[in-house]
Amino acid sequence: MTKKKDITNETYMQTVLRRFRAHRLAKISLVVFVVLCAAALLAPVIAPYDPDEIVGAFSAPPSREFLLGTDQIGRDVFSRLLYATRVSLLVGVLATLISTVIGVVLGLIAGYFGGVADMILMRFTDMVMSFPYILLVLVAAAIFRPGLWSIILILGFVDWPGVARLVRGNVLSLRETNFVKGNLVAGMPLRHILFSEILPNTVAPILVYATSVMALSMLDEAALSFLGMGVQPPTASLGNMLNGAQSITVLTKQPWLWLPPGILIVVLVISINFIGDALRDALDPSGGK
Amino acid sequence: MELMRVENLKKYYDIRGGIVTHTIGQVRAVDGVDFSIQEGEILGLVGESGCGKSTLGQLLAGLLVPTEGTVYYQGKELSLHPKKRAADGKLALKDVRTEIQMVFQDSYSSLNPRKHVYEILAQPMLYHKLATKDTIEKELKRLLELVGLPSAALSKYPHEFSGGQRQRIGIAKALSLKPKLIVCDEPVSALDVSIQAQILNLILELQKELGLTCLFIAHGLGAVRYVSDRVAVMYLGKIVELGAARELFFHPAHPYTKALTQAVPIPNPTKRPAEEMILQGEAASAVHPPKGCRFHTRCPYARPSCGKEEPGLLPLPHNKDHFVACPYAKQLSQE
Repeated sequence: MTKKKDITNETYMQTVLRRFRAHRLAKISLVVFVVLCAAALLAPVIAPYDPDEIVGAFSAPPSREFLLGTDQIGRDVFSRLLYATRVSLLVGVLATLISTVIGVVLGLIAGYFGGVADMILMRFTDMVMSFPYILLVLVAAAIFRPGLWSIILILGFVDWPGVARLVRGNVLSLRETNFVKGNLVAGMPLRHILFSEILPNTVAPILVYATSVMALSMLDEAALSFLGMGVQPPTASLGNMLNGAQSITVLTKQPWLWLPPGILIVVLVISINFIGDALRDALDPSGGK
Repeated sequence: MELMRVENLKKYYDIRGGIVTHTIGQVRAVDGVDFSIQEGEILGLVGESGCGKSTLGQLLAGLLVPTEGTVYYQGKELSLHPKKRAADGKLALKDVRTEIQMVFQDSYSSLNPRKHVYEILAQPMLYHKLATKDTIEKELKRLLELVGLPSAALSKYPHEFSGGQRQRIGIAKALSLKPKLIVCDEPVSALDVSIQAQILNLILELQKELGLTCLFIAHGLGAVRYVSDRVAVMYLGKIVELGAARELFFHPAHPYTKALTQAVPIPNPTKRPAEEMILQGEAASAVHPPKGCRFHTRCPYARPSCGKEEPGLLPLPHNKDHFVACPYAKQLSQE
């Protein structure tokens, strides 16, 4: 029998941590994610070669010299993979950050002020949501010069409607709570009500939602780069490394060119999603236990 | 002295609907209410659910903007619209903001779950410069002592307290801004009976000690009778009877008050009245209030004329401080 811990006096963060640890998949995912992030951050140290430099034969299979072989023009796949992970994570984090900030601001305004502001903002949100997503991104990518920063901005500006709706819904119910009313009666200024009373109470769902937005925007980056509209060569991204798989010879004869980036995308997205799942359960105040 | 006077105060809520959204009706939550609160008294406000007593409380606390009516605060007209600036001789809500505070019914949702008590209490005080960073610690301890909580409570979160303790924190929060008037919106109805008594005693003590004025809203007559100096009875958005607590409970003059007082269960069966007055049916809808006296649809004493003319809130001939909105009140009170 395991020793029961006294959980009556723990703080909120302790409760969250304890519940998070109970998720075994999430624990593994977190480790995997941290290792991949560390590898990406330390790419200049770990990578055996310059990712953009031609260092070997064309399309050489994996060997002791080139751990994952070389690509069609003789660059080291392993080095490129490290740098590509860096780019993909950068896209994921920044695009999520932009869309979350936009979504939170619009959601707060729509939810708190209601009325006309709410109607206009929510119809606009519906419009953005109902647009064929990939088409919008393609058009935007065609108008602006495709590249790392434009893809971050584009993804950031199309991913916010979900966050905005989530925040609006939460604000609508929080606005009617007694502690918000109490602070209104106490004459506290609007910025205090919005950012000190309401926002902290909606951080948990935003955080959970942000993980899925991050996974999604990494997938979108891969898809766009695969189509040649995203990160432009020679900069490596997981998506444009998959680009090679558009050729049937590469697909059938040179799996080292597309399997590693493909697997990496899947592993990254799955681990982020598992972490998000566990966070949702851990942060849920009605979760008990 | 009169602290607050309310004249013809109304709050209507629009009901919107239809294929093309438009106003299809109005809920008359508060429909023309006149009364005054004297400085230093506890005015009880009773009525059944949906009669508009909470709306009235929120109007006075400045949480809702009235549809119509005037409010005088310390003799000056007070604009309850939060954005309006003070005009000539008028007070803006902002000028008296800290002087009117509120204690809520549900003590669980009246404290931000993400903040500890220190933050909950200190932030408004610091914002209104009622304390400085150096004095705040002392002020908070004094405040907690006042409501009977240990100073260790400061570093705890709301969920670590029981319902009664949370209500004490809620009272401390209201007191922290040194208000003159406190609107207590059913402060004890969510608590156990034993805790209710503690909180009621606390409110009474504080009121005496600090010279507070209180609007005490409740649907339980017991609590109201215990704390109030005067009591107002509300029915369907209107005050039907207003008078000194003892007078009103022992000699109710309005049929509705009579029915309310008889609805309080009496533990001793031998002391129960032989003839109980039990109201039939539901309270009429606030969307389409009945013509004439609003209570005539349920009133056992109703006469044909009751459905025609709406009675005003008038003093009884033998007691000028006892107001009743029923033309037959004199006869009824002597029955």
